[in-house]
Amino acid sequence: MKFMLDIVTVTAISAGAFFFLAGTVGLLRFPDTLTRLHALTKADNLGLGLVVLGLLPHAGSLRGGFKLVCVWLLALLAGATVSQLIARAALASEGSGSFTVDGPQP
Amino acid sequence: MTIASALEMALAAVVLGMAIWTVVARDSFAAVVGFVAYGLLLALVWVRLDAVDVALVEAAISGGLGGVLLLGAAARTAAAESRPPAEHPAVRAAAALLAAAVAAALAATVFLLPDPAPTLAPAAAANAASTGLGNPVTNVLMAFRAMDTLLEKVVLLLALVGLWSLARDRFWGGHPGPRHRADPHGTLAFLARLLPPIGVVVGVYVLWAGANHPGGAFQGGTILAAMWLLALMAGLTDTPAISSRRLRLVLVAGPSVFLAVGLGGLCFGAAFLAYPAAYAKPLIVGIEIAMTLTIAATLGLLLVGAPERSAE
Amino acid sequence: MPEFMTATLGFILAMLALGLMRVLRGPADADRMMAAQLIGTAGIASLLLLGTVTGVPATTDVALTLALLATFASIAFIKKGGASAPESTEGG
Repeated sequence: MKFMLDIVTVTAISAGAFFFLAGTVGLLRFPDTLTRLHALTKADNLGLGLVVLGLLPHAGSLRGGFKLVCVWLLALLAGATVSQLIARAALASEGSGSFTVDGPQP
Repeated sequence: MTIASALEMALAAVVLGMAIWTVVARDSFAAVVGFVAYGLLLALVWVRLDAVDVALVEAAISGGLGGVLLLGAAARTAAAESRPPAEHPAVRAAAALLAAAVAAALAATVFLLPDPAPTLAPAAAANAASTGLGNPVTNVLMAFRAMDTLLEKVVLLLALVGLWSLARDRFWGGHPGPRHRADPHGTLAFLARLLPPIGVVVGVYVLWAGANHPGGAFQGGTILAAMWLLALMAGLTDTPAISSRRLRLVLVAGPSVFLAVGLGGLCFGAAFLAYPAAYAKPLIVGIEIAMTLTIAATLGLLLVGAPERSAE
Repeated sequence: MPEFMTATLGFILAMLALGLMRVLRGPADADRMMAAQLIGTAGIASLLLLGTVTGVPATTDVALTLALLATFASIAFIKKGGASAPESTEGG
């Protein structure tokens, strides 16, 4: 049983680290603000979520595990909302210098 | 060299690099973002140093409120930024020399400390039973050095009064800060409706957990202040007029309760701020609750600024 | 298991350092803001891992506070920095 939980932990945390890598590389290499935002949210949702999933077996108590999930849900809520705000501000002020927007313009 | 110490050195290097970049960055907005990132990293350092209470404060203040404060300042001074600096180069050189001298003095003090450094930690840990609280930091803050904490709260109040004194005469007694407006069906209003209730629960939890685990009044108050600021920024509520009696009551509640308990200790107990052994924990918790409200109101008001609109 | 978690912690901190590159380079304010967001999330993940490795459960509280407050700078930026942001501020 413990071995199974260890397997779950290692797999989940490795997958979470992979998504962090993907998000960071996207943030560094993608051409404009909106695509970088898209990459960033993957690190937020999946990266943190998988890390939390991997840490749940080691939480120690039900309350600890509940707190871990709460941290993830909060990060999800805040990250999703702020991404929306940044994206709208980016679209609203194209070409003003505050944001870089490449590609086909609406 | 173990993985852990390699990580610590890497973290220290990143923190230092971030600090240096914040100082040399040309654009003040970039410097603010660098400072916020530096604060987040510093919270990690505090955890690594086993100072979880300080890490909580670092995360709350520099991660949340510090960014808002500095961004507001950067926005206000944006016009002055484009002008060339007015000081003579010699003045700047003298300032740099003075800063370097202070840094050298601090470094020398740290390096010349005797090993092991003198500390009262064992004495504080040995007397933990006198208050019944499990968190040694709270013990020191609220029992062994309670006078310092009381005076700090008064200093916060004085800072707020100093900030209010920057208001123009005709706006005195009015509402601080501009009136924020946001689309009531928009994303920001949605976040400002959903997050503050959660934030209030977390803030009260952090206050309550401060008795036996890392946490306390200041951390809880900061979280509450941040939630209030979120509702303000989304336009869901307006700042109260500073002439409001209720607001002023909340602002003095913390130090007043603290002072009252202290004087009670003088009258009924051994000395000023001495807690009777049986009632130590309820008294301390009562003071902390009043202090949390005061800190939340004071920090929030410190961030919104001096009155800019007259009280309608 | 602790060695694996410490290694992952180092990896995520490396990602955080890479995210700092975006803060340094810009070129736009929003890019720096998004990098700060990434640093916040990576910081939360690092704190959770650190708490489990060192066995200090209070570290999760620090991560909780960070998750709650990490977006404030971004929101302040949207309100003040973005020139023609749809959510704007009016003076009284």
